[in-house]
Amino acid sequence: MDIQQIRNDFPILGQKIYGHPLVYLDNAATTQKPQCVLDSIMKFYTLYNSNIHRGVHYLSEKATEIYENARLKVKEFINAKSRTEIVFTKGSTEAINTLASSFSQRFINPGDELIISEMEHHSDIVPWQLNAQNKGAVIKVLPFDDRGELLIDKLENLITNKTKIICVTYASNTLGTVNDVEKIIKIAHSHNIPVLVDAAQAIQHLKIDVQKLDCDFLALSGHKIYAETGIGILYGKEKYLEELPPYQGGGDMIKNVSFAKTTYAELPLKFEAGTSNFVGAGSLHTALDYVDKLGLENIAAHEAELLKYATQKVEALGGITIYGKADNKVSVLSFNIDGAHHYDTGMILDKLGIAVRTGTHCTEPIMQHFGITGTVRASFALYNTFEEVDALVDGIKRAQKMLVG
Amino acid sequence: MLTINEIQDEIIEEFSVYDEWLDKYEYLIELGNSLEIIDESQKTPDNIIQGCQSRVWLDAKMDSDGTLNFKADSDAIITKGIIALLIRVFNHQKPQDIIDAQLYFIDEIGLSANLSPTRANGLLAMIKQIRYYALAFNALNK
Repeated sequence: MDIQQIRNDFPILGQKIYGHPLVYLDNAATTQKPQCVLDSIMKFYTLYNSNIHRGVHYLSEKATEIYENARLKVKEFINAKSRTEIVFTKGSTEAINTLASSFSQRFINPGDELIISEMEHHSDIVPWQLNAQNKGAVIKVLPFDDRGELLIDKLENLITNKTKIICVTYASNTLGTVNDVEKIIKIAHSHNIPVLVDAAQAIQHLKIDVQKLDCDFLALSGHKIYAETGIGILYGKEKYLEELPPYQGGGDMIKNVSFAKTTYAELPLKFEAGTSNFVGAGSLHTALDYVDKLGLENIAAHEAELLKYATQKVEALGGITIYGKADNKVSVLSFNIDGAHHYDTGMILDKLGIAVRTGTHCTEPIMQHFGITGTVRASFALYNTFEEVDALVDGIKRAQKMLVG
Repeated sequence: MLTINEIQDEIIEEFSVYDEWLDKYEYLIELGNSLEIIDESQKTPDNIIQGCQSRVWLDAKMDSDGTLNFKADSDAIITKGIIALLIRVFNHQKPQDIIDAQLYFIDEIGLSANLSPTRANGLLAMIKQIRYYALAFNALNK
């Protein structure tokens, strides 16, 4: 993979920030968009813009074709059995909210239990809390150790005959940990419990095969894998999606409407009320083609090298605490300069043109685990370079000198 | 005693010598470190202004001359430096003057991004709280 060539595909990366070359290391929050994705959006609005489904005219058919082809692309990308298992959403948060609401309505009763890992993003905690409260259900927590690895051995002890679903992230947005979701799914299935995998931080780094994983549900966001914002996916096994009631009502999700009785559309449209983000779906198709062209395994290998290099160099500085030391990680490096506040570190790096994220990263339970108020997080993507890691390390050194002397 | 605007102009003047961002930050860190330390007993839940990035504590008293005396702290040092500036502007001023004040120095010295509602560093809420204190003490005085 020629990284310089790849960088040319991302026009935003060429800019200077406060006089310094932009070093964009906030990829776990959102990724930058290659020119082909930008072009696909422009092309859609220039040539095909029209609302999808049920239009009799040429443009509507064309737009529908683009939208449905995007669904087929996602189906292939994660190797789902059928296109009916691919529901378009705004992003992984909406995917999880959809599932939490519909699943709770159908399957959760007072006194039932849900198991959620301690390292989940708030968007895989709060939707379940809201629905569990409504239903009088209880949330149990699968803990992780100080290296940031889930204590999967404890899962059996948490499972009871009241456990209705297990929700776990494939990769932690804060610690980088790649969880052994396959093992979790095997244990869950031996008790006939379905599993939701939050793949928001995995889809851009790891080859996901939902049939091989055998997960029952999977959530992902397009903007984390070089597509536009506002498009995501809820994958669900057909046997479950068929049984779940719709999440929202509106156009496109119905078969017939009368005031006496409304019948719902077939899958997956049952879960796609209102005008979908068809432009976003098209951009996701283009982005996945782009990733396929480069090869996810090549991307992952490059990111792994960057992470290894960054971890070694940051550790060598001394006076830095790294959070998340799992054996298997995606390219996320969370740390604090000892004696300095993450926010100060982030502000100094910003003025050096280095974009990182600071704070709790929407994972307050992880902060509580370590007894901290936040971390600085650098997250690497396919277009990042070793020189950029050097810039980060120099920036940290500078911040360390300014903040702790 | 200088007026609020005279102090703001003084600060703008002080910052005009810095061309480099990090020099400004160095100065803010210095200010933050020299800010009178707030007593741990005053860092109560009542006095905390919770941001998701950094936390700010603020306490206010009225002195016998009818002016307000603010004490504040933050766990982030650059935030604390900005707090030191705010305290310098508002301390020993009359409640009515604080209520009437237009705060322009932060914008002028290029730190307005720190007051964006989405930054969640507690600073915007702190300024609001300073005004609430001024309103409350003003009402108390009447």
